[in-house]
Amino acid sequence: MKLIAVFMMLSLAACSDGPVSLVNEGDIVGDAVPAPLTDSVASIEEGRGIFVERDRGHCILCHQVDGLDAPFQGNVGPDLTGLGARLTPGQIRLRIVDASRLNVDTVMPPYYRVHGMNQVAKEQAGKPVLTALEIEHLVAYLRSLEG
Amino acid sequence: MRHFRWPLIGLLLGALSACGEEPASDSVRETGLAPDTIVSGYAFLTPETQSEQDDDFLNPANLWVDEGGKLFLSETGVSAACASCHGEGDMRLDGAATRYPTIDHASGELVNLEGRINLCRTRHQQADPLEYESEPLLSLTTYVASLSRGQAISTALSTDEQVFYEVGKTYFNTRRGQFNLSCRECHDLNWGKQLRGDTISQGHSNGFPAYRLEWQTLGSLHRRFRDCDAGIRAEPRTYGSADYLALELYLRVRAQGLPMETPAIRR
Ligand code: HEC
Ligand code: HEC
Repeated sequence: MKLIAVFMMLSLAACSDGPVSLVNEGDIVGDAVPAPLTDSVASIEEGRGIFVERDRGHCILCHQVDGLDAPFQGNVGPDLTGLGARLTPGQIRLRIVDASRLNVDTVMPPYYRVHGMNQVAKEQAGKPVLTALEIEHLVAYLRSLEG
Repeated sequence: MRHFRWPLIGLLLGALSACGEEPASDSVRETGLAPDTIVSGYAFLTPETQSEQDDDFLNPANLWVDEGGKLFLSETGVSAACASCHGEGDMRLDGAATRYPTIDHASGELVNLEGRINLCRTRHQQADPLEYESEPLLSLTTYVASLSRGQAISTALSTDEQVFYEVGKTYFNTRRGQFNLSCRECHDLNWGKQLRGDTISQGHSNGFPAYRLEWQTLGSLHRRFRDCDAGIRAEPRTYGSADYLALELYLRVRAQGLPMETPAIRR
């Protein structure tokens, strides 16, 4: 058992050398991450909740969706009404994971990235904003918006 | 509409005041805001809040001006009142706040108004420094800043100040926090847009210390910085930290001569 523990510590240490990316280059195809980040089943309902609620994704800080029952939706980012008709699930996934891969100057925060970050608050250090499953819920919700 | 004329008046005043300064560089500097677009946070308040700010009897920030005025006149510890030096003559403080933060020549350090007040206490009044964000320091700072109300913030930058200015500019433009945003993303590039119910302003300092509706009290500029840093889930710097002082200097120059509005009300 001791040997295994030592081996695990060594391999962890080896990983922390380079940037630790939650999504590897190989998972990105063109401007998309085609494969889901987890096998757990995603829910449109959950996704809508994460999109709206302040203590969860709170995407309406910057985005609006027509017909969504939430006051004061932001407009720093583009209107996401009908997004499911414009982007594939894989394209939506990459934009939530790390939009800076497509536009280095983007204002859209990276929701599933921990490398190359600066001065992150102590409680959040080393953690992505959202979990893999939360992102899958959001993808399910956004792809359901078809016009 | 009054606030839309301010930038012009501010620029004129700024240009005038720059003439009297020691070796100061050109007052119009390269910042992320085009000089002809500059507007105070006042422009983003509701008409009701604007008239509350303009009415000395309704403006809640005046409670701190009154309290600060009393402290200014009262003897401190074993020593004389602020007013014994600054009550009349050359050392009156009208307009002083427009030049802060600035270099303290005795130490070569950058100090803001809070820092200067504490230096006066320790050097000239044999008193202990007041804690940052304590009621007496907020009151004294607000009172002294109110003596510059309506005057243009100084855009002059001495050679000594230059290096601090660059540090502040770098802080402003550096992405940070779990949301990986800088001040620039919001206040240079997206002002006027909606962040939920909030219209993003240009993030000027000219109203501070200000009574913030969200705080239900008056607070310093560094408290405001800490809120913006926390908003993007960055670890905020401490009150009076070198980064925040430098940031404050960058904002003074970036305001391009906007008039001081302390005691202001902000959202
Ligand atoms: C601080 C502002 C901000 C927040 C918060 C934000 N976004 Fe964005 N978002 C943007 C901006 C700006 C863009 C445009 C991207 C670009 O131009 O690089 C964008 C783009 C997108 C796109 C691509 C849209 C298209 O038409 O190509 C998606 C999808 C998206 N955001 C989803 C989300 C989700 C889901 C959340 C919450 C988990 C979120 N955003 C939170 C600002 C934001
Ligand atoms: C994600 C967006 C965002 C970022 C990043 C941000 N702020 Fe803000 N800031 C706001 C909002 C929203 C307000 C409140 C509304 C307003 O006055 O703009 C605000 C207010 C301010 C104010 C008060 C302006 C006034 O007139 O009352 C100052 C000063 C300020 N910010 C400076 C900064 C600085 C300096 C940074 C970086 C350390 C920063 N902000 C980062 C969104 C942001």
